[in-house]
Amino acid sequence: MDLAHREVAVDKEHDAAGRRTGRSGRGGLGGWARGGWGSWVRLGLMAGPVAFFAVFFGYPVAAIVGRGLREGGQWQLGRIGQVLSDPDILQVLWFTLWQAAASTALTLALALPGAYVFARFDFPGKRLLRAVVTVPFVLPTVVVGSAFLALAGRGGVLDAWWGVRLDTSVWAILLAHVFFNYAVVVRTVGGLWSQLDPRQEEAARVLGAGRLAAWRRVTLPALAPSVAAAALIVFLFTFTSFGVIQVLGGPRYATLEVEIYRQTATLLDLPTAAVLTLVQFAAVAALLAVHAWSLRKRETALSLVPAEHTARRPSGAGQWALLCSVLGVMVLLTVAPLLVLMVRAFDGPEGWGLAFFRALGAQQQDSATFVVAPVEAIGNSLAYAAVATAIALVVGGLAAAALTRRAGRLVRGLDALLMLPLGTSAVTVGFGFLVALDEPPLDLRSSWILVPLAQALVGVPFVIRTMLPVLRAVDVRLREAAAVLGASPLRAWGEVDFPLVRRALLVAAGFAFTVSLGEFGATVFIARPDTPTLPVAVARMLGRAGESNYGQAMALSTILMLVCAGVLLALERVRTDGQGEL
Amino acid sequence: MNTHARRAAAATTAVLTLALLATACGGSGGSGDSKSVTLVTHDSFAVSKSVLKDFEKRSGYKVHVLRGGDAGAAVNQAVLNKGNPQGDVFFGVDNTLLSRPLDQGVFTSYKAKGLDKVPQRLQADPDKHRVTPVDSGDVCVNYDRKWFADKKLDPPRTLEDLTEPRYKNLLVTEDAANSSPGLAFLLASVAESGEKGWQGYWKKLRRNGVEVAGSWEQAYYDRFTGSREGKGKGDKPLVVSYASSPPAEVMGVKNPPKEAPTGVAKGTCFQQTEYAGLLSGAKNPKGGKALLDFLLSKRFQEDLPLKMFVNPAREDARLPELFTKYGETVDKPATVPPEKIAEHREQWIKTWTSLTVK
Repeated sequence: MDLAHREVAVDKEHDAAGRRTGRSGRGGLGGWARGGWGSWVRLGLMAGPVAFFAVFFGYPVAAIVGRGLREGGQWQLGRIGQVLSDPDILQVLWFTLWQAAASTALTLALALPGAYVFARFDFPGKRLLRAVVTVPFVLPTVVVGSAFLALAGRGGVLDAWWGVRLDTSVWAILLAHVFFNYAVVVRTVGGLWSQLDPRQEEAARVLGAGRLAAWRRVTLPALAPSVAAAALIVFLFTFTSFGVIQVLGGPRYATLEVEIYRQTATLLDLPTAAVLTLVQFAAVAALLAVHAWSLRKRETALSLVPAEHTARRPSGAGQWALLCSVLGVMVLLTVAPLLVLMVRAFDGPEGWGLAFFRALGAQQQDSATFVVAPVEAIGNSLAYAAVATAIALVVGGLAAAALTRRAGRLVRGLDALLMLPLGTSAVTVGFGFLVALDEPPLDLRSSWILVPLAQALVGVPFVIRTMLPVLRAVDVRLREAAAVLGASPLRAWGEVDFPLVRRALLVAAGFAFTVSLGEFGATVFIARPDTPTLPVAVARMLGRAGESNYGQAMALSTILMLVCAGVLLALERVRTDGQGEL
Repeated sequence: MNTHARRAAAATTAVLTLALLATACGGSGGSGDSKSVTLVTHDSFAVSKSVLKDFEKRSGYKVHVLRGGDAGAAVNQAVLNKGNPQGDVFFGVDNTLLSRPLDQGVFTSYKAKGLDKVPQRLQADPDKHRVTPVDSGDVCVNYDRKWFADKKLDPPRTLEDLTEPRYKNLLVTEDAANSSPGLAFLLASVAESGEKGWQGYWKKLRRNGVEVAGSWEQAYYDRFTGSREGKGKGDKPLVVSYASSPPAEVMGVKNPPKEAPTGVAKGTCFQQTEYAGLLSGAKNPKGGKALLDFLLSKRFQEDLPLKMFVNPAREDARLPELFTKYGETVDKPATVPPEKIAEHREQWIKTWTSLTVK
């Protein structure tokens, strides 16, 4: 998610570095361009991540797409035209587009006030709330879907109180998307907003501009790029939405990603699935390209100040009312579904209590549904996520190090390439693993390592986005000074770079960890039955009849939620300086 | 610079080591050794622990169970992996999906012990025995007894009844594209009205207010008035579900009622049979054969009903009391030959979708 505001931070730190060193904010090629070595080192660093993605992403996806488009050794490119002129497919494309646009608009409309409030006001519980609104983002979609049904579905809380039901309407989908992506906007836009110098707007007011005019002329232009970046990211995530649509969409609504799943897993129509996968690739690549372009456009110097100087306690009834109403919306949208979920977890057959939680620990007596007690899924999840985090840190860290210096198109292209897994259907990756990694030395189909590998694919982009700005901000001259003073390159790295990036490394690890914990789409195909992860165990329980299973699913979801919230809260503490967004 | 290069080298080595390590571990989990046998199946597979343990003790094989998502996804994964399967035996392909794996040569012949106890009508491959019938169940319209008693209305019995005005807006079914009972109900109408006539039937059903839910869970728990878990929030007294749903409603109830709270419209049923087969290219065919024998053994067959809510394929397997007391036997469920289904499935689903949802 933080693809975007990390870059905001980059540009800003770059500017700072530029001002300090008297170089332009854009440059910074100095130390590397000197010898031909720079590019070689960069290539060397990039080799690891590229190999990783080639083997565990490119190859499997190419294998499954190739299986679809090649028949008897001949490329069947005619299929592309055939599929794309099918009216049903066109309808799916149209729905995918408009729901993504509508979700993005709705998310911006509801979350921008939230970004403002977080940026400009100080209030008790701010840090906790910031962590809590981010929890939905890392929750698996099955959990979000059922939380939404429990809130707004038939017999849900809203139905019982006011007779409001959204279970089969498109509103349920849009609101669930807001719920998911609220944090993206709050963090991306709010992060920048909190560091915009309010005195500029004040100056405009003094010079006679009305409040609205001052905001429109001063603040809005400064914010616009980060709003655009957030919008693009939300659009990307809603464009590729899967779980939410599966649970809430009913038979009427299908996105491209849902259709790919249906064509692959249900109909085994690989040619159609392959064409749709290519379409989605093209769309995602275009979005990422626009995103990268808008980032470059954004490299204008902004006057930034530390966040703690801009936020203050609200004063006067008006500001309090604003704060309260915005927080009210936030709580209703993002906290209420989580609360409903927790309530159901504690509302046992014999009244309130821990009955469902206790049931999780019990070995299911006479069933092999779970070969292990569900509670062990927690241990599995933590272990998998830890391995996935380690892989993501190594791969993402290397990539970030290689990308540190602004470089040519090739490297930038690699940067975008590493983000593609975020926009690729999990069923494509999952089935691709099955088809591609089936022969020695890479017969990994029944190996446990597949799970952390799939999770790491999703974690790497987050690691890169977190590490990159911080690595870029390290002043080359510090390193050079260390070298002049006689430090070996290793020592210079240990003494100069490492202390500066340590915190970013922690944050990156935290994010990779929570994202891995919540990964569901690919894991469900490859997790072994004796070692299910938390989301897989939740999905399995939701798929089985009975109140006890439902309650246990909610209890497991609650545990997952608390773990994620804990990690996110810890990250809030780590990022104490104004710079680190996430 | 050299540091960077060295770090890069170290990291690359680390990644490679990981991959190799993974490969090494990969072997141990599979069925490479002859002391273990791997069953590939779908998420709904369940068996009593004691029954499985018994088999392991008697045969000396350790059983690994691999699940690959819902029934459709699991079958398709097996098709993709044909010739180089993930395990030795696959369980859980039903008659609506059977043609594809059979045509693709996913299974290899083996006549399991006890096959002579399985009635002829369940046998799908009587000459070559590439698949073994393990269980069968019927998809039928279920009704809420209390609702119909309160309204003093007779519940429907046949597919034709459902189009009558007195049953207007009472039925909820499932999306045939994504839900297996939904597809079965569509196939029941094909069996009844023929390959041409079924579309007219659905037009009538639609005019009579049939509702389509996204999944069986949503239809049965959220919309059906008769489900216990639904706690009375539903609004449809007729639902497309299983013939075994009424006994399931009674299972675990403290004071069992005299009859199940829901009933089955026997003239609306479509038969689903689930098959298992030895996978071509299995690493442990001997163990696989033993496992197939086990799936058709009386012990496993009598364990089935309460685990997966289906009927055993063996005629001599005793049904639990729950089934004999609350279950209903469907005499002549509808069927459509697997080849016909394979040939038209996609087109039927497409037409059905445009008839009901759009």
